[in-house]
Amino acid sequence: MKIGVYVCHCGGNISEVVDIKQLTSFAEKQSDVAIVRDNAHMCSDVGRNLVLEDIKKHNLDRIVVAACSPQFHGKTFMDIVKKAGLSPYLFEMANIREQCSWPHFDEPELATRKAKDLVNVGIAKVKLDESLERKSMPIGKRVLVVGAGIAGIQAALDLGDAGFEVFLVEKKPTIGGKMAQLSRTFPTEDCAACILSPKMADVPSNPNITLFTNSEVEKVSGFIGNFEVTINKKPRYVNDNCVSCGICEEKCPVKLPNEFEQGLTTRRAIYVPFEFAVPYKYVIDEPNCIYFQKGKCGNCKKVCPHDAVDFEQKPEKIEIKVDTIIVASGYDIFDASEKKVYGFGTNENVITSLEMERMIVHEAEGRPTRKIGNRIAFIQCVGSRDEQIGNEYCSRICCMYATKLSQLLKRTDPKRDVYVFYTDLRAYGKGFEEYYKRAARTGVKFIRGRVAELIEDPETKKVTVKVEDTLARQIIESEFDLVVLSVGMQPGEGTGKIAEVLRMTRSPGGFLQEAHPKFKPVDTLNDGVFICGCAQGPKDIPDTVAQASAAAARAIRLMNKGEYEVEPITAVVDEDLCSGCATCVSVCPYDAVKTEVKDDKRVAKVNEFLCQGCGSCSAACPSGASQQHWFMSSQLKAMVGAALGEEEE
Amino acid sequence: MKSNPDPKIIAFCCNWCSYAGADAAGTSRLQMKPHFRIVRAMCSSRIDPELILDALKKGAWGVLVAGCHPGDCHYVTGNYRTHKRIALLKDLLKELGIAPQRVRLEWISANEGGKFQKVVNEFIDEMSVLGPLELKGQPAAKEAS
Repeated sequence: MKIGVYVCHCGGNISEVVDIKQLTSFAEKQSDVAIVRDNAHMCSDVGRNLVLEDIKKHNLDRIVVAACSPQFHGKTFMDIVKKAGLSPYLFEMANIREQCSWPHFDEPELATRKAKDLVNVGIAKVKLDESLERKSMPIGKRVLVVGAGIAGIQAALDLGDAGFEVFLVEKKPTIGGKMAQLSRTFPTEDCAACILSPKMADVPSNPNITLFTNSEVEKVSGFIGNFEVTINKKPRYVNDNCVSCGICEEKCPVKLPNEFEQGLTTRRAIYVPFEFAVPYKYVIDEPNCIYFQKGKCGNCKKVCPHDAVDFEQKPEKIEIKVDTIIVASGYDIFDASEKKVYGFGTNENVITSLEMERMIVHEAEGRPTRKIGNRIAFIQCVGSRDEQIGNEYCSRICCMYATKLSQLLKRTDPKRDVYVFYTDLRAYGKGFEEYYKRAARTGVKFIRGRVAELIEDPETKKVTVKVEDTLARQIIESEFDLVVLSVGMQPGEGTGKIAEVLRMTRSPGGFLQEAHPKFKPVDTLNDGVFICGCAQGPKDIPDTVAQASAAAARAIRLMNKGEYEVEPITAVVDEDLCSGCATCVSVCPYDAVKTEVKDDKRVAKVNEFLCQGCGSCSAACPSGASQQHWFMSSQLKAMVGAALGEEEE
Repeated sequence: MKSNPDPKIIAFCCNWCSYAGADAAGTSRLQMKPHFRIVRAMCSSRIDPELILDALKKGAWGVLVAGCHPGDCHYVTGNYRTHKRIALLKDLLKELGIAPQRVRLEWISANEGGKFQKVVNEFIDEMSVLGPLELKGQPAAKEAS
């Protein structure tokens, strides 16, 4: 056995704390260690070639690299070991950066001692490593996209255009998401509906996309290349005969606040969500329909000239198989009534920014809307950057949409006084700072200060804003006709559900967590599952679209070759030791272990494609027959021994 | 090395949550007492109670097992198994006259660097008070707490 040990300085990150000389001379003394080298950057081309050349020149058969976390560069070095013709699993990494030099820089001597132990742990394990090879598994070209807001639409279109089979699932009766409700988009002021509706229309016309609206993903089992998905398709109660003539709507006796219009108008119980909905078909709002609640009425069915209303429709369970999954489940706007001091819901003239978006659309189109008035105040960071309500994060869009809305208000009526009360004004994106300056030039007043209180005049219903102008250092008390709460984003209810269904990790704010914040921003820890848009965290439309295309590209990267490699670190059973007790069968979360009779003896057998390599069965096995490749009991014990300084000094 | 007064702690961490949590602590430069050594497994459920006993036998003063939070296990139900096994093991330790707090189970997620730091520092302090585990010929009464 000839082991090569390589110690990385990490450009000082390690070498400024750990004594590299001591470490290398310690490593040299260990048995079976043939070569010890150190380098400023082992991950660089020079560092990698050191390993490559040494393996070839000196016939090294095992490699230990003492550097950063294996989660950071493990794969880098495994690839090099493989390139040199060895099994990539004859390799170990000693994490002497994240788990040594960084958290112990106050105690360099103890850190050096720890680094020696960690290198020794690596050596102890690598000696027992088996020559494993990754296995290839076939993978198809089917993708599930969850959520059809702009993120899901973009990902689905990219995948569909690239020739992949897409199943796009949206819980609402139409696609389009929150973007469909916006007036214009900052900083270019494109009309949101005008840029979104062509993309929405592309979805049903794309031959590779199957769209499920009014549907939710109920269950997902299996794994990359083999996901089995159950979709719950709720009844629309209107069949494909519908030509959207609208006669039914005229005869429906129910009037409800229209949620798309934020209650500015009403809708019926049979309705089309909005004028550019896709699919443009009617749907019955079951909980508010008289026929479903009382068994009477049925006007819509009576008047429909195309026999399109079908009260007998039942929820359908649709089973599909996909190879990868993209989650684009979006966000919910912060419930402003949670922020009690602003009196949303009780003060008549305190509204949310989303209501203002709709009011601006109505005003521009000459449709009836509520009175906007002459003095309008925007309050920023409602539900964001607010530890009192538990949302520490910045929602990233509110500064710019308030800038946009205030500017639009000012433009339609320059006599209006528009104030924006902000915590910090964050104009971080391309063209944002210029846009903010333009708004300030049109006369929008930006005042730095968190609003303390809103007081409604019981007679006039006007609202007094109490705030400290923290730049001018003065208290302002000023009366407004309308106060707009710039509400932030929070992880949607749908995001919570899909996170549970897919068992995804969530970040502190509750958004879905990426595999790596910089280098794997749309991957997740679940192989074959990707995230994009506001499900991952608050972001604006350009970032959402960029991320959606990125998620599509990452999914294509996995599927395009038609096969992908699986880790061989699965469980394995020593049939001679196995007593067939089936304890392993009962603990496996994947049904990957079964017992079978072999030579008149009942033994456990592992399906290595189903096994995900948790090792639970190996821990449970009473006879030590079940082992996990690369994490054998003998290896774990040797590592513990080395970590405790038991081995040779 | 034998006479070294420094506490010796083994921390078994799962690859997905707690090992990443330890990395997060390091990346944030959160300073920890250096007396612990991490042994990585893919899942906390790989950590057989026998391995923990083996670590104690080999001179660990205490053994920390860290996994993903309930409901967050990368392998669905692995951490629930760990939870049960550690509870049983602690009962066994009591029978053997070994203070059960020498084995500690914690749920630490990938973003909880701060929690990792706190748990490790606390555990090291606690084990420093308990001192090394003397198995040969030492009266068990000394260990009772």
